[in-house]
Amino acid sequence: MSTPADYGRARPGRNQGVIHDLGYRHYDGPRLGRAVITRALFVESAKGAYGLGRSARSKVMPMILLAAMCLPAIIIAIVTVVTKADAPSYTAYLLNTELLVMVYVAGQAPASVSRDLRFRVISLYFSRPIRRIDYVAAKYAAMAVALLVFMVLPLTILFAGALLAKLPIGDQVPNYLRSLAGAVLLALVLAGIGLVIAALTPRRGLGVAAVIAVLAMLAGVQAAVQAIADDQGRDTFAGYAGLISPFTIVDGVQSALLGADTVLPAQPPGIAGGLVFLLAALLIVAGTFGALLMRYRKVSI
Amino acid sequence: MNATVAQLTARSLLGGRRVILLITLPGVLVLLAIIARGLAGQDNDVAVGVLSGFALATLVPLLGLIAGTGAIGPEIDDGSIIYLLSKPLSRFSIATTKVVVAVAVISVFAAVPTLLAGLILTGASNLAVAFALGALVAGAAYGALFVLLAVMTRHAVVIGLLYALIWETLVGSYVPGARALSIRQWALAVTEKALGRRAGDLNVESAVSLGVGIAFLLIVIVGCTWFAGSRLRSLRLTSDE
Repeated sequence: MSTPADYGRARPGRNQGVIHDLGYRHYDGPRLGRAVITRALFVESAKGAYGLGRSARSKVMPMILLAAMCLPAIIIAIVTVVTKADAPSYTAYLLNTELLVMVYVAGQAPASVSRDLRFRVISLYFSRPIRRIDYVAAKYAAMAVALLVFMVLPLTILFAGALLAKLPIGDQVPNYLRSLAGAVLLALVLAGIGLVIAALTPRRGLGVAAVIAVLAMLAGVQAAVQAIADDQGRDTFAGYAGLISPFTIVDGVQSALLGADTVLPAQPPGIAGGLVFLLAALLIVAGTFGALLMRYRKVSI
Repeated sequence: MNATVAQLTARSLLGGRRVILLITLPGVLVLLAIIARGLAGQDNDVAVGVLSGFALATLVPLLGLIAGTGAIGPEIDDGSIIYLLSKPLSRFSIATTKVVVAVAVISVFAAVPTLLAGLILTGASNLAVAFALGALVAGAAYGALFVLLAVMTRHAVVIGLLYALIWETLVGSYVPGARALSIRQWALAVTEKALGRRAGDLNVESAVSLGVGIAFLLIVIVGCTWFAGSRLRSLRLTSDE
């Protein structure tokens, strides 16, 4: 390898260099800038989370998971239509299917960020006019939107089933709206957690395992601690044990602040407890966004 | 078995960031045991809940997944497996070595912490030993299964998750037949036997008998290792999406 100094010595006439005019044309048109690049990155990442615009092989997993996520909702909706009985529980749906949501975010968060790091495409992104915060915001928003679609679709199927069964609409809409609010919050929280963990490793496989390990561990610990505390009659502790897992944080917000029914053995005590849960969720969103910004100050792996 | 391959595999499993996960997960189990002991005191039902519901149901499959796919997945992913496959080694011995290293790692990071958590929860008792034994055999089966999955597909981690978490937990709790086809239930049969007559009191009940459980475990361990070797003989390297 020759260093720049060697290079200079080897060619004594270095100052006589000429830039040849090869006749290439200039580009004088409008340059679209940050906002457009960010939007393109957002759209491509959000589509990519379902394999749209990618190879058929990368569509398989997200689509299977989406189908698995909707299947229980379709069955419940059909049962509702046939029997005309018993309104479906919108707000408990995401808690009951939390494993599928975990697997989806674990599969797609690394697919969204790990490969940019592994193939060093990230340096190319940052050589364009976008700033670090644009990249982070685009990826975060894309993951959150993809997760939102993943969760809202089955909830809407449930709602459609209830409407088709001509259940009293006044009973259905508030619960459906509560569950939508929960889905938005959950999508933001999970997207943040998934992306922060995935952005730490260039290996997709390890990223998938790390995200699922963290989420499944938190859910497992949460269930165990809450069950034991509830068993021992420590109601306040059991209520706050919901803070351990993102899914139960959102359930706590739904039940304590929005008045939804919960399937958990304990819920946060009163409005104050609900506000603590909401604060925890917002802190996770802000914290993970900040952590991602810190992560991308340097692009080295 | 090949010592050099074993050494390389162990280094790649324990050398990178993967080891952070391998240490954190058992750490959480021990922490949970301490919290549970603090909340409930020495309570056998709580101990069984934590060891069966958390250690066997969540920790062991996750560690099996991380160590099993990690033993061979990254090499296939970045294509460097061809340097290993081009050496004059039997593909079966490569697969066997990978499985053995993965199982050893799972034993250290899953079975030993399970024993520790059991001791924290119940003091010196055969409950801790019985569940550690269950974690050991389950870990061996998960390790072999996930090495095979990593050889067969790039989506090994996701498919492994779908099996370990969704088939065994969700489907298993609704469809009784599915419970007979579950590594967790086979391992639970070993735990049940090790507990002896106390198993009934403690509500530790497997869906299969001990003989069936051990037979299935052996079939999975040996069968997956052999099949992984056979797939390595005709491995096709495909690019990342």
